[in-house]
Amino acid sequence: MTVESTAARKPRRSAGTKSTAGKTTSARKTASAEPELVQLLTPEGKRVKNAEFDKYVAGITPEELRGLYRDMVLTRRFDAEATALQRQGELGLWASLLGQEAAQIGSGRATREDDYVFPTYREHGVAWCRGVDPTNLLGMFRGVNNGGWDPNSNNFQLYTIVIGSQTLHATGYAMGVAKDGADSAVIAYFGDGASSQGDVAESFTFSAVYNAPVVFFCQNNQWAISEPTEKQTRVPLYQRAQGYGFPGVRVDGNDVLACLAVTKWALERARNGEGPTLVEAFTYRMGAHTTSDDPTRYRGDEERRSWEAKDPILRLRAYLESANHADEGFFAELETESEALGKRVREAVRAMPDPDRFAIFENVYADGHALVDEERAQFAAYQASFADVEGA
Amino acid sequence: MAAEKMALAKAINESLRRALETDPKVLVMGEDVGKLGGVFRVTDGLQKDFGESRVIDTPLAESGIVGTAIGLALRGYRPVVEIQFDGFVFPAYDQIVTQLAKMHARSLGKVKLPVVVRIPYGGGIGAVEHHSESPESLFAHVAGLKIVSPSNASDAYWMMQQAIQSDDPVIFFEPKRRYWDKGEVVTDGIPGPLHKAQVVREGRDLTLAAYGPMVKTCLEVAAAAAEEGRDLEVLDLRSVSPLDFDTIQTSVEKTRRLVVVHEAPVFFGSGAEIAARITERCFYHLEAPVLRVGGYHAPYPPARLEEEYLPGLDRVLDAVDRALAY
Repeated sequence: MTVESTAARKPRRSAGTKSTAGKTTSARKTASAEPELVQLLTPEGKRVKNAEFDKYVAGITPEELRGLYRDMVLTRRFDAEATALQRQGELGLWASLLGQEAAQIGSGRATREDDYVFPTYREHGVAWCRGVDPTNLLGMFRGVNNGGWDPNSNNFQLYTIVIGSQTLHATGYAMGVAKDGADSAVIAYFGDGASSQGDVAESFTFSAVYNAPVVFFCQNNQWAISEPTEKQTRVPLYQRAQGYGFPGVRVDGNDVLACLAVTKWALERARNGEGPTLVEAFTYRMGAHTTSDDPTRYRGDEERRSWEAKDPILRLRAYLESANHADEGFFAELETESEALGKRVREAVRAMPDPDRFAIFENVYADGHALVDEERAQFAAYQASFADVEGA
Repeated sequence: MAAEKMALAKAINESLRRALETDPKVLVMGEDVGKLGGVFRVTDGLQKDFGESRVIDTPLAESGIVGTAIGLALRGYRPVVEIQFDGFVFPAYDQIVTQLAKMHARSLGKVKLPVVVRIPYGGGIGAVEHHSESPESLFAHVAGLKIVSPSNASDAYWMMQQAIQSDDPVIFFEPKRRYWDKGEVVTDGIPGPLHKAQVVREGRDLTLAAYGPMVKTCLEVAAAAAEEGRDLEVLDLRSVSPLDFDTIQTSVEKTRRLVVVHEAPVFFGSGAEIAARITERCFYHLEAPVLRVGGYHAPYPPARLEEEYLPGLDRVLDAVDRALAY
């Protein structure tokens, strides 16, 4: 289940803090067998005990559980609205997170306000947890900007499109956190495809060498556009951590409770000066890679149907109902809230103005640049030349 | 006035020391920059005085060096990273072009990335492959980056101060074959603007424009030409992006002839951009086409051939003759 680091640990800040990680080293299996994963809720919504990770969700209240459910439902509703808006021509592209709600909400809700998140371009659920207004995520997909939020308002970096780059930024940021003596943690999101990138390998190296307080949260959604995970790796991805000298763990990525618990554990390790952790959330990309993709060319319905049975939202609902943690009123109210969110997003996107044409020249440099000034002036003169014609 | 004669490499060292002393957010990072003091000793003694937390020996991975420097800058630090040699920068090229250059614009100005990337560059030291290249044009083509290259110790000291203070990412090309050239550095002076060219020799007959290692060569060319009665003006451009076209224009309007000299290949080099823009600006002043002298469209040759490849006194004089023959 977890792979213990063989390297000696050097507590970064609070010396003497004991790791909870290394105590279960037995569950790693050979590469041929499917490795175990941390699961707290079965696909049927049955709560199962886990000696190692139960304590990270031990105090969770029914209200918090309903909160996780609400987060997942609203994120899925937002995602469906964005897909629809792309089909209506309001967005140029959309990268759906359908199926990955538990991985994102579980890990996102594990973070603290002062933690810092480095996402890919699919972390709409994490953005939701960080308090980024969902309509802000849509500017880049509509083509009015390349990232419409202030990263420091919610400690949620801009979406990174080039695969894997942000893992190094997260590592550097975490090195800075350690230098500052703060007890914040950093979490870097990436996917199974990104695990092949050199930058991800380098971020593992740097974070291990400097004992940086960073969690690498890999959503293995089984597909990198058309390439299945076996085109990226011969070993389960979480096992890669061992070679770098830090622990890796595979968690059921469709189990929001398990994702919450495992990420809390990993973030706690970071805060306690125990360095990086790799979490592999084993999940499934239910939709296409993006709205430009056609999955029927490379995968069958059968696989999708098998994952539908493990749906993250249905399983938490089953648990909430069986434990009497939520009543019909709750679900009905959420349905109403969901539709209101869809409407708000729809209206916000349609009302989003095109940027001013001179925005091309804005923020190219912080301290200005003579050539940008010159070209802006040329562009202005060119634009003004039409006004002369119109005025004549 | 504190004036001291020092080598160009030492001037950068002193400048980094001053930055580390005055701003606790300044970091120095790279391969072998700590105990060893860098392969050229530019960071000599800094780790001893400022500690491993501020002068950081990094794993041997250039993308990782620049990528983590970006993260540190996002946290509020001002990293100065060293790429050991020009030809080793390309593993970091993606981080520099895709992230470092564009993140400020991507964030609509919310995020600033005050990162300096130091690159010892250029040939003439008899090195093996990948140790003698001049890739400045590959960076100048990218909006969001600023590119500078000092030619002398004083500029090296002050331009490094200004690069570190800049809120924009700066690629700082250090002319490695001039590292040991000594010059006077006034460390309590006030520097001129970072991106302004300087007339380092006045003349009437023709303008030679260069930066970095080729400034010294061009001054030698001007001295040799003077013996033949030709009065050449020499410009030290200092900054490749932005380029100070106003100073070049002023000079060319006077001399009416321009030769641009750089070690980098001529094809798509900075000389091509200068030629195009100066032709546009000075079309009716020019008596000859703008000529360029630089490297050839071939991989940088083995050391025993580099004198043939690099622009030297005779090749630049030949271009001067051709320009004056119009």
